Amino acid sequence: MVDTSTSAGGAGRGAEATRNRPVYTPAADIHETEDALVLLVEMPGVRPDQVEVGLDKRVLTITGHAAARRHEGYSLAVCEYRPGDFERVFTLSDMIDEGGIEALMKDGVLRLTLPKAKAEPARTIKVKVG
Amino acid sequence: MAIFGPGSQDPWGDAVSALRRMQEEMNRTLAGSGVVAAEYPPVNVWRGEEGIVVTAEVPGVSLDDIEVVVHQNTLTIKGRRGPAAGVPEASYHRRERIVGPFARTIALPFNVDAGRVSATADAGVLTIELPRPEADKPKRINIATA
Repeated sequence: MVDTSTSAGGAGRGAEATRNRPVYTPAADIHETEDALVLLVEMPGVRPDQVEVGLDKRVLTITGHAAARRHEGYSLAVCEYRPGDFERVFTLSDMIDEGGIEALMKDGVLRLTLPKAKAEPARTIKVKVG
Repeated sequence: MAIFGPGSQDPWGDAVSALRRMQEEMNRTLAGSGVVAAEYPPVNVWRGEEGIVVTAEVPGVSLDDIEVVVHQNTLTIKGRRGPAAGVPEASYHRRERIVGPFARTIALPFNVDAGRVSATADAGVLTIELPRPEADKPKRINIATA
């Protein structure tokens, strides 16, 4: 699996966000089981309805949008993090059974289960004598 | 230990938190390159007349694994970032998320009412509300005209 996220600050695939908010590369753990690839992607502040996962052939794109939180009657005195957008793109080395993808968001961590597609049985092509 | 001064105009407090934020954004932009954040979790501190609200980013940590301790004017957030259970080491393709215990102490600008402190978590963001004791709140003094 190859990480094709682009360098600092930019959204994936060289594009630049039009909105003036930071775009982060979320930290990810990826492990493989016998029949699936499992990704854990950290996106603090992102609620389940603000996550998008796309798979185009072997290119997996994950985006998340963290809503800014306001506290009425309070002003920000110390700011060590800013809510922003998360984006990461992976190129998968295995074929994935697209219909079986599961995505679960819990405590700001996306858990993606990508079941491997069953290998098609090898075909033998008979060569005719011309 | 994050310390912020008596006023929001405090230039040092602003400079320190701006530096911390830059560092945090740098770490995050470079996630996956092996750069490790200095202090965890990153916090935002909101202040108002009623008290203080501290928010911290703790993705993957449930409220059960977090301990919040308030003593006079210090707030300590302790917890543990656990690894995913039952994953054999050899099956990892990538391991970027940091695991292990963490603790952070923050100095608050005034005493808070420890008995009324509440903590909630939403989407990996911890929110701690620290109300100011009634007796400690600033009072408006009416000036009588002669």
